[in-house]
Amino acid sequence: MTKILIVAEHAHGKLNSSTAKCVTAARQMAPGAIEILVLADDPAAVAAQAAAVEGVTGVLTIAHAANAHPLAHVLAPQIVAAATAHTHVLGPSTTFGKDLMPVVAALLGEAMVSDVMKVVDAQTFQRPIYAGNAIITVKVPAARKVIATVRNASFAAAGSQPAVAIAAIESNVALPSHTRFVALQAGASDRPDLQSARRVVSGGRALGSADAFKIIYELADTLGAGVGASRAAVDAGYVPSDMQVGQTGKIIAPELYVAIGISGAIQHLTGIKDAGTIVAINKDGEAPIFEVADIGLVGDLFKIVPELKQALG
Amino acid sequence: MKILVAYKRVVDYNVRIQVKPDGSGVVTEGVKLSANPFDDIALEEALRLREKGVATEVIVATIAPADAQAHLRNGLAMGANRAIHVVVDKPIQPLTAARVLLKLIEKEQPQLVILGKQAIDDDCSQTGQMLAALWGRPQATFASKVEVEGNIARVTREIDAGLETIEIDLPAVITVDLRLNEPRFIKLPDIMKAKSKPMQSIAFDTLGVDSGDHHEVTAYAPPPKRSKGVMVKDVPELVAALKAKGLL
Ligand SMILES: Cc1cc2nc3c(=O)[nH]c(=O)nc-3n(C[C@H](O)[C@H](O)[C@H](O)COP(=O)(O)OP(=O)(O)OC[C@H]3O[C@@H](n4cnc5c(N)ncnc54)[C@H](O)[C@@H]3O)c2cc1C
Ligand SMILES: Nc1ncnc2c1ncn2[C@@H]1O[C@H](COP(=O)(O)O)[C@@H](O)[C@H]1O
Repeated sequence: MTKILIVAEHAHGKLNSSTAKCVTAARQMAPGAIEILVLADDPAAVAAQAAAVEGVTGVLTIAHAANAHPLAHVLAPQIVAAATAHTHVLGPSTTFGKDLMPVVAALLGEAMVSDVMKVVDAQTFQRPIYAGNAIITVKVPAARKVIATVRNASFAAAGSQPAVAIAAIESNVALPSHTRFVALQAGASDRPDLQSARRVVSGGRALGSADAFKIIYELADTLGAGVGASRAAVDAGYVPSDMQVGQTGKIIAPELYVAIGISGAIQHLTGIKDAGTIVAINKDGEAPIFEVADIGLVGDLFKIVPELKQALG
Repeated sequence: MKILVAYKRVVDYNVRIQVKPDGSGVVTEGVKLSANPFDDIALEEALRLREKGVATEVIVATIAPADAQAHLRNGLAMGANRAIHVVVDKPIQPLTAARVLLKLIEKEQPQLVILGKQAIDDDCSQTGQMLAALWGRPQATFASKVEVEGNIARVTREIDAGLETIEIDLPAVITVDLRLNEPRFIKLPDIMKAKSKPMQSIAFDTLGVDSGDHHEVTAYAPPPKRSKGVMVKDVPELVAALKAKGLL
């Protein structure tokens, strides 16, 4: 019987929405059970949220001071010890899951499926390769545990349900001390989170400076949107790295994506393939971004963006 | 100390990949191959650590078919001291790559193993983490800053929430992100010099590695195409188009 364990991603007592997306993917595997594992110093609040995610049949918690920060080599042995009866162990395809899940897989002696974008059946999945230029179907042999990360942008978050039971488990596995958390410099922002925002406005190299990037933030605020950027804009120091959208940044699927002064390099487009509507503003009518844009406008962004803000505001 | 760099050869990032019409794979015949961009960054970081006097020797290693020698020469021309070529006849999956690299670690005893955060062909982002797990040593993934002091590395990581700094005890595994450094260009004299640097060839079968290639790829398909949209001529038309789609 298929029994799925999902490793919860959370911070500051809040379950990350990527976990409810994993649950949606898990439900498509027609499982007998879906359990969420919460590793934290104090898991109570997160566990309560996890118990109320639709489709979840149980929540397991491991409370340990060492779990205060999500260090892969601290969490992985606890996950392995908790997963003995599970046929599947899933995590989100965020930097949290990408860092952690291959460690879990290797400790179990299993190969791993990264970035599941479609569930064919409980052992068969589709995932992108070559920056999304090809989609492969991967089959995990029936006798093997499935270890996988689930691509956020490909699944909607599961809804809610009356809370199911939460069980604390004791973990007595030895935890390493060779990795120590020092600090987190978080991109302080009260704008919608890039990965879950329904609308995203992104700026590229064309902005020319951190100062000029302000007009992107202003437009985003008018739209209630999250803010993203191309790699060129990040590399040039206009914005912090956690705003990068693309193959090596965040893969997002907002309802509306507005690309401003971004050429549309294949590595950038990978990050927005699943967006609902793509709007492109670029002064070069031949820019590749127009090949994927649903609505394109050719012109100078420094003229168009303020005008657009005015029209919307 | 020694640094081992995992240096993969992949289809060049500028190539537009095509899926074969029969869905049996992607077209790689006659396509330009290059070092994985992240692996160039990994090698660059290793070379800088050597130039700072932190490391004494930099070894580049690849697991690839017999024709990958020119690729390793490239790594040597960039400045690696020597190269190890583990010869396979077909591409391998990350768990197998990690097991092979562990064998090389056992032979070479490096203090630091640096890999790319992902190979841009399979986009797996697994090998470094798996290697650290098998080795029983710490990892710092997605590094955008690395400082080594004695037996400790302090690494800044690019994560979804921002920049995280962690400290790891050496020996350790580091996987690198794009903003860690900018790889140097290779100059002609370096290419000449590389010709005389040692390159060791090891047949995969002699390593005693169990294949971890458990997964079967049953189909390749092109991604779903987005249909071509409309062009608008000014801001009022743009706003009208957004309204028509119910987005405003
Ligand atoms: C391994 C690898 C991974 C990568 N990963 C990513 C990734 O995750 N995300 C990513 O974004 N990139 C990534 N890249 C980089 C990518 O290849 C491009 O270099 C990058 O996306 C370009 O950013 P850009 O579109 O802002 O800049 P450019 O390509 O320079 O485009 C700027 C655009 O602005 C337009 N423009 C200029 N002035 C104006 C104006 N006044 N008004 C309107 N338009 C104007 C120009 O016509 C041009 O189209 C990666 C590259 C590699 C090799
Ligand atoms: N066949 C290989 N040869 C050398 N290095 C490899 C190989 N496969 C993976 N790597 C290393 O592992 C990193 C991550 O690869 P992947 O897990 O496939 O995304 C790459 O950037 C390389 O540094």
